[in-house]
Amino acid sequence: MLADYSILLIGAILVNNFVLVQFLGLCPFMGVSNKLETAMGMSMATTFVLTLASACSYLTYNYLLEPLGLAYLKTISFILVIAVVVQFTEMVVRKSSPLLHRVLGVYLPLITTNCAVLGVALLNINKDHNFLQSLFYGFGAAAGFSLVLVLFAAMRERLAVADVPQPFKGAAIGMVTAGLMSLAFMGFAGLV
Amino acid sequence: MALLRITSPHAHGPMSTQRVMQQVLLAALPGIVVLTYFFGFGTLVNILWGSLLALSFEALALKLRGRDIGFYLKDYSALVTATLLGIAMPPYAPWWLIAVGIASAIILAKHLYGGLGYNPFNPAMVGYVVLLISFPVQMTAWTAPRGVGEVPGLLDALQACFLPALYDGVTQATPLDVLKQNNSLLIEQLWEDNPIFGRWAGLGWEWANLAFLAGGAWLLYRRIFTWHAPVAMLLSIALLSAIFYDGGSSASGGSPLFHLLSGATMFGAFFIVTDPVTSAVSLRGRLIYGALIGMLVYIIRVSGNYPDAIAFAVLIMNFAAPFIDHYTQPPTYGHRKKTEQH
Repeated sequence: MLADYSILLIGAILVNNFVLVQFLGLCPFMGVSNKLETAMGMSMATTFVLTLASACSYLTYNYLLEPLGLAYLKTISFILVIAVVVQFTEMVVRKSSPLLHRVLGVYLPLITTNCAVLGVALLNINKDHNFLQSLFYGFGAAAGFSLVLVLFAAMRERLAVADVPQPFKGAAIGMVTAGLMSLAFMGFAGLV
Repeated sequence: MALLRITSPHAHGPMSTQRVMQQVLLAALPGIVVLTYFFGFGTLVNILWGSLLALSFEALALKLRGRDIGFYLKDYSALVTATLLGIAMPPYAPWWLIAVGIASAIILAKHLYGGLGYNPFNPAMVGYVVLLISFPVQMTAWTAPRGVGEVPGLLDALQACFLPALYDGVTQATPLDVLKQNNSLLIEQLWEDNPIFGRWAGLGWEWANLAFLAGGAWLLYRRIFTWHAPVAMLLSIALLSAIFYDGGSSASGGSPLFHLLSGATMFGAFFIVTDPVTSAVSLRGRLIYGALIGMLVYIIRVSGNYPDAIAFAVLIMNFAAPFIDHYTQPPTYGHRKKTEQH
């Protein structure tokens, strides 16, 4: 039982890392990784929303879409669920904790367009995860995303001052770095 | 250009990049000799052909970037990259395999990032991983060491490299491979059944590792690098393998001695992990960096798909090094730690 869930977590964080192995969530990975501070905020917000959204979409699918025979509507309803979760989180956080809102606030709307969130919701259905597994899988995906995003941000702060040839400055060298990282993460293949 | 006027006496810093690189090359010599003794001339051909290519690619990249070719070629860094990659690659590799590896190392991993000193990833390891992912068959074809099989001569080595289509070699699984595929035997039985395991950790491998250890110890004595990263890495491998040794049962991950002296452990610890550009900078950071590399190596060796994992572990930790540095920065002299500041 415990082993199953740790395998699920390690699988989602390292072996099938959402960014470097499954290539999901690349927009925030490239867009919000210029500074370590912002990457931290983004990863915390994403972890929170992704875990919540995977639970909500599981409930939506199994207790609403499936009984009504509307399974074919899952993609569009998940998009709706994610948008609602993000908006709801933003409202709750703004009212209940101004401090947290200041830390996470600007990143919350961005998460709506993070394809890793939709990816997790759909993969949970494809892999027949139960509620707890969906929750863990969502958390693992978010943890993997956060890990890679934060490390990448620290590295890009260093790349920003490197003597990179003109044509490769900025996003180009970021892409090359992400590619090399992807190669390195292939070393985890077979762990689970 | 600002001209600084400083009064005499001037202390001369003897440690130029050139000197450091020369000493690294020198320290790798015993290991190369041992590898050549046990596996034949393949490693030497790898290194020489690789060096030639590395210097050409380096010159090409410098020319394209409009830099002083002569000055940068003389810092020996391309030669060190070629030597490290040549040692890491299996002997009797075809010429094009080495060319692809060197091109990835020098152009992709080094000059795209601005050349020596800016590369976030170890160039030799990038070359190795690119090859391992792209050409797994050629990259896992190690020959049998002296004592188990015939060791090919110099002519065979040249033919294997430059006329690979005409070369017919015999390959053999490495000790790490054999242990990984072990499904039922006790460790002791496995050792008795396979002459390839040698005395402690694999015929040839144990001596190559000891030779790299000796070279590394000499570099440490010459203060080319600090002890933190390699010692942390070796300790974490030893500790993990001791915990999971399992008394030598059929499910054992192998003894600490085996893990320390087999595969690329010592070579990695003293020649790859200690790379001053791509490792963590602060001393505490280096301890963390080394220990995590050791942990990743052990985990991938025992439960991953690949028999050895120095290259993967080093690349992953190269990626994490700036982050580690960010959180292990020592306070500047005269200042208190950041947390105590108000």
